[in-house]
Amino acid sequence: MKITGKRLRPLFGAIAIVGAASVVLAGCSSSSSTSPTKSAAAGDKTAIISTNGSEPQNPLIPSNTTETGGGKIVTSIFEGLVSYDAKGGTVNEVAKSIKSTDQQNWDITLNSGWKFTDGTAVTAESFTKAWNWAAQFSNAQSGGYFYSNFKGFSATKDSDLDLTVVSPTEFKVALSAPQADFPLSLGYSAFYPLPDSFYKDTKAFGEDPIGNGPYKLANATAWTHNTGINLVTNSDYQGKRKPVNGGLNIKFYTTTEAAYADVQSGNLDILDAVPAADFANYKSDFPNTNANQAAAIFQSMTIPGYLAHFKEDKEGKLRRQAISLAINRAQVTKVIFQGTRTPAKDFTSPTIDGYSANVKGSDVLDYNKKEAKKLWAEADAISPYTGTFTISYNADGDHKTWVDAVANSISNTLGIKAQGKSYPIFSALLADESAHKMTGAFRSGWQADYPSLYDFLAPLYGTGQGSNYGQYSSKEFDDYMTEGSAKSTVAEANKVYQKAQALLFKDLPAIPLWYSNVTGVWSTKVNNVQFGWDSVPLYYEVSKN
Amino acid sequence: MAWYAGRRLLQLIPVFFGATFLIYFMVFALPGDPVAALYGDKQPSPEVIAQVRAQFNLDKPFIVQYLIWIGHVFQGNLGTTYSGIPVIDQLKQAFPITFRLSMLALLFEAVAGILVGLVSGLRRGRIFDNSALVVSLLLISVPTFVIGFLLQYFFGVKWGLFATTVSAAASWRELALPAIVLATVSFAYIVRLTRSSVAETMNADFVRTATAKGLKRREVIYVHILRNSLVPVVTYLGVDIGSLMVGAIVTEGIFNIQGVGGTVYRAIQLGQGPTVVSFVAVMVIIFMLANLLVDLLYALLDPRIRYAK
Repeated sequence: MKITGKRLRPLFGAIAIVGAASVVLAGCSSSSSTSPTKSAAAGDKTAIISTNGSEPQNPLIPSNTTETGGGKIVTSIFEGLVSYDAKGGTVNEVAKSIKSTDQQNWDITLNSGWKFTDGTAVTAESFTKAWNWAAQFSNAQSGGYFYSNFKGFSATKDSDLDLTVVSPTEFKVALSAPQADFPLSLGYSAFYPLPDSFYKDTKAFGEDPIGNGPYKLANATAWTHNTGINLVTNSDYQGKRKPVNGGLNIKFYTTTEAAYADVQSGNLDILDAVPAADFANYKSDFPNTNANQAAAIFQSMTIPGYLAHFKEDKEGKLRRQAISLAINRAQVTKVIFQGTRTPAKDFTSPTIDGYSANVKGSDVLDYNKKEAKKLWAEADAISPYTGTFTISYNADGDHKTWVDAVANSISNTLGIKAQGKSYPIFSALLADESAHKMTGAFRSGWQADYPSLYDFLAPLYGTGQGSNYGQYSSKEFDDYMTEGSAKSTVAEANKVYQKAQALLFKDLPAIPLWYSNVTGVWSTKVNNVQFGWDSVPLYYEVSKN
Repeated sequence: MAWYAGRRLLQLIPVFFGATFLIYFMVFALPGDPVAALYGDKQPSPEVIAQVRAQFNLDKPFIVQYLIWIGHVFQGNLGTTYSGIPVIDQLKQAFPITFRLSMLALLFEAVAGILVGLVSGLRRGRIFDNSALVVSLLLISVPTFVIGFLLQYFFGVKWGLFATTVSAAASWRELALPAIVLATVSFAYIVRLTRSSVAETMNADFVRTATAKGLKRREVIYVHILRNSLVPVVTYLGVDIGSLMVGAIVTEGIFNIQGVGGTVYRAIQLGQGPTVVSFVAVMVIIFMLANLLVDLLYALLDPRIRYAK
């Protein structure tokens, strides 16, 4: 899921963009008394749970919903072949089995009995037609890139994917290269099935979507733009995410500060993003009903390989390592983010199956002044460094505070001039990144679309990949990605991906900084609030007294 | 008078074209590509981006884009955002809420501001006057968002007297607290403006004459002093209608009101030209009409000011 969608949620001050942080005004709210949590009662099966959200960027078509505002809704009203549990494991839903002998040609069989909320059955065609539509060039879907590994996919013209319907409950998928974690990806919204009514009027569908998920829209006008959306439970739902409540009222907020005030006053049940201004006091405001845990969001600083002195040669690698060693991650996450970031130990995220904090070479992430100075001096012996080391960031994302802190840490340790360089808005920064016109390091981040190590590595560091803005290119790394994808199990593949990470620790195309945490608070009226691997609460599990 | 009003209304036309042209140019000159912003970190192929750009005429020169937009406006079509929502729907949703919010704020600042200012002006140097001056200075110097957060915290969260945020329905009751926040700064200015204006008028010859004629104090105050002191205040209120609607952005953010401020802010962030320009065009018209209203009120307040031939 792209990380920029979150940028849209708040208006000013603490913008909750991933990796953003600020210690803006110290919140004016002091601790308010909350009644002690009641013991979890059975809960009211018809109770509506209210939660925060933001206006979806696009109409509610799953393959065009790649930001968090719309994502929260789409994952509630649709069910894919698999779903993800709290720990990021996959659970079969519409799929009975997903099998392959070569990791390239997949045979998918479906459970029967699944229905869309308009009464039509969920068949193999509901998937194949939807996937083909999503992948078409002329439909320009933001999730279209998910099909780039499908045989028949074209990024420049309309063309059909190689999908074969065997029977109403079975279809085959041919990929252009093996992909061991393919079943892991199938829970993502780009792979949801669509009913026939979608193709008759896609525009109307986007306003009033018909799904097969645990929830459905309360009525045809349930989505009030900029204000919120009302969902009720789908009584025909066949899957494992069976709701124990009556529905969801997702209220859209322009600022998380306003949402926080609403939870405090009892107007909102769950908030999944505590505003930066309340980092210092949310634990005392909500003593028993708060969460702060690492999420599948990786934050880094990319140093493009085309910069002088930072190429992928001996000098460049020494300098990259020196800079990494010069950053005091523990201090920055504690002081600036007040413990709402977790210092990075690798290039992925602790919420992903296969994560390891002990990848070979990860000691380059430790703060080590002496070693940093030594390596920098070694690099200077090869070719002396003059000039200013800059870290670019977008000013609309509240990055200034930590960028300044990191720049300070670097200049104090290495004795060079380091400073932040701001771009007014994210798309301006992105434009220079895409054009390879950066003159220094720049902030970067990644939120996984699906819980897989591969999704944190290949798109960012693979040669020529769309999100490889640092222009890193290593045949060894590319080979590891190919090798891992051909393995017969995800566990086998993960072993190869760890070797790839060890390589990244030597080359450091990006310098890992920290993982973003999900911080949430909820009212004492609701029970069993648990955050998923993707930092969205598992709403179907929440009960209300 | 009617001729004057008509002429003023005709002036709207060039102002409309000029303002929209300038705004369109400025949005066009914003850094970054609105289509790229739609997709974020994971960019689709350049071909897909080119296709979407062409669909919204973003590949054409600025002047052509502007002419296409204005052409559509005359056909009653304000276009859609890049994510497909008709701009007219955004207008219909945002303007009524912000309009009601600003009218409530205007009412509050006008009634309370003039009243406090009048009493202050009549009793210069006394306790009431001095405390009014201190309070108004405080209100002017404390930023709106501080006042907003404080009122929201105490009246909404802590004491539960008002709603902490405004719902979609935006009832008058819910809008009361944000309107007070929105009105605070202008309220302070109006108190000071009315006070000095009243103080000045009190020394005018016609007031002395009126008092000498033996008119009742009440009559002197309301008919002679207040009416003549209101000219600068009314000017300020007229201009303030526009500023309130634009300035509501901070207040709307704090109270989660889906009004003009927030919509325009998001549209600028995303480079959504059609939305920004359409909203600004409507605001220009509101500004102009408010100013016209002020000019017409002048003639009523002060017979010496005559525009009609």
